[in-house]
Amino acid sequence: MPQAWRTHWTEWLIALRFLLENRQQSLLIILGIAVGSAVIVFITALITGLQANVVERTLGSQAHIRILPPDEFNRLAPLADGSQLLLRESPRAQRLRSISNWQALLALLDEHPQVRAVSPVVSGPALARRGVARTSVALLGVDLPRYLRIIPLQRHMRAGTLRLAADQALIGQQLAEELGLGIGDKLRLDAGGGRDAVVDIVGIFELGVRELDTRYVYLELKQAQTLLDLPGGVTVLETTVDDIFAAEQVAQRLQRLTGLKVQSWMETNGQLLNALSSQSMTTQMIRLFVGISVAFGIASVLAVSVVQRTREIGILRAMGSPRGQILRVFLIQGGLFGLCGSAVGGLAGWGLIQLFNLFGKRLFEISVAPDLIPLAMLVASLSGVLAAAWPARRAALLDPAVAIRYV
Amino acid sequence: MSESREILRLQGLGKVYNPGTPQESRVLQDIELTLRGGELCALIGPSGSGKSTLLNQIGLLDQPSSGELYLLGQATSRLDDAQRTRLRNQALGFVFQFHHLISAFSVLDNVLMPLMIRSGRPSAEQRQLAHELLGEVGLGAFADKPAGQLSGGQQQRVAIARALVTRPPLLLADEPTGNLDSRSAEGVFSLFERINQQFDCAILLVTHDPRLAARCARQVILVDGRIQP
Repeated sequence: MPQAWRTHWTEWLIALRFLLENRQQSLLIILGIAVGSAVIVFITALITGLQANVVERTLGSQAHIRILPPDEFNRLAPLADGSQLLLRESPRAQRLRSISNWQALLALLDEHPQVRAVSPVVSGPALARRGVARTSVALLGVDLPRYLRIIPLQRHMRAGTLRLAADQALIGQQLAEELGLGIGDKLRLDAGGGRDAVVDIVGIFELGVRELDTRYVYLELKQAQTLLDLPGGVTVLETTVDDIFAAEQVAQRLQRLTGLKVQSWMETNGQLLNALSSQSMTTQMIRLFVGISVAFGIASVLAVSVVQRTREIGILRAMGSPRGQILRVFLIQGGLFGLCGSAVGGLAGWGLIQLFNLFGKRLFEISVAPDLIPLAMLVASLSGVLAAAWPARRAALLDPAVAIRYV
Repeated sequence: MSESREILRLQGLGKVYNPGTPQESRVLQDIELTLRGGELCALIGPSGSGKSTLLNQIGLLDQPSSGELYLLGQATSRLDDAQRTRLRNQALGFVFQFHHLISAFSVLDNVLMPLMIRSGRPSAEQRQLAHELLGEVGLGAFADKPAGQLSGGQQQRVAIARALVTRPPLLLADEPTGNLDSRSAEGVFSLFERINQQFDCAILLVTHDPRLAARCARQVILVDGRIQP
């Protein structure tokens, strides 16, 4: 038997016997802690699930980081000494340009430890025509195997097959409906400047964002480069990172590294991020206040217990029980309250989540992180020990001569 | 008797409550007392004479205001709380008037408690010793019963077995028969007499009962906080 266990065996035994002797009181506080823990577990899983769902829906159709050529701006000729310049400047229109030396950058990003996947994309505007109907679309020339690691199109396919070769295109559901297109139909794409192509519709997708489903037309990379008059060029490098909430940090680092224009999803979805962080803060506040209420519950029950046990504490002290041992008896009780209450509460919270998944509106599925309940139990046990500190200290500081005579 | 070792020596011991205030109360004054191994000594005196206060000093539950208390030859006035607590566990056994067993434990666990406090989970030998002591006090068959289910006399016997389990050189008993009927009181006192001889431990017994005090080899009379010559 380990020495520490042998040494502290007595306080564990006393703590357990005291708890068991006062079963009703112990059960009531455990029930109170269980309710608090169940609320914490359920609300944590619910909000985490909700946020994961929102992020998943948002990032399911866009890259975490986009690397673009830097904006063009007017360069002013240096002025001669003593001369003054009165300037009225019009910002330059941004033409479609390729990222210079993008192949080297692609190789560099492939090796970057924080970047999970990179995909070169050439994109630009075009007109889609079918018969007399025409609409403006966005052409996206992609290297499909790489692109699927950025946007999992396979999850969004509604018809046809997910493949791209020369003269083949994937279009959105809305565009297909607008132009009356089906699998195997032909579509004329006019990118201006006399560059046009007729492509076969091989697949129809639905990303769930109306704007994208109306405008996106995926082509094979080379064909799009030709149509957009950017032979061998790409207009954007799309990337995903391992930690989505570190995207902004990685983007800033990449900007410094490449000198290009780098946008993270966090920058382009500021409002969403704001909503998510407000939601997180609200959850934290709820958890904090429920936790504080539970801790006060434990502290008050133990404070009463110290009063009830005053004479027994006196006897133990008279028999040679050190102050530290008495202190530990009550700290252990606090920890056990937290542990048992959170175990029951964790289980109840898990049950509530299963009920939500079974009978809820099925807007999204809540999954329980494997470490949520053990973590809740650990935090509750530590909170129990902390909450017990004050009553335990009071017990340890009791004067044995007075305590023995306490009636 | 004179050859027995000295267990306890009080030298000019005094206790004052609320010193330097209008409520100052001088409870014990210039107490001189020596107890040797195997002595059975009765401490008698009227109510309010300071018997319980003196017992608290001897039991290291309280600090004297003046003088010195030697326990097993060791001066105790400069010991810190942890040292006093350890010495209490090793050198003293307590028997209180109201039994003071811990109701959450069985009779056997109550007897083992001082050993558990000292060294954790009791060994087989320690459990055997506790069983033997319960046999000595006539409660061998009650070992596994909850302490709260015993009668007053039986609980006091358990308290005596508990006080003896560490084989203390000094046993302090505060009115151990004060709460018992005369038959139980007689049984408990006889037990004190027997263990005094059998275990060779000094016993200081606070009592109001002059009949029981007379049966002790020595009587110390405390009046107004002073020991009468």
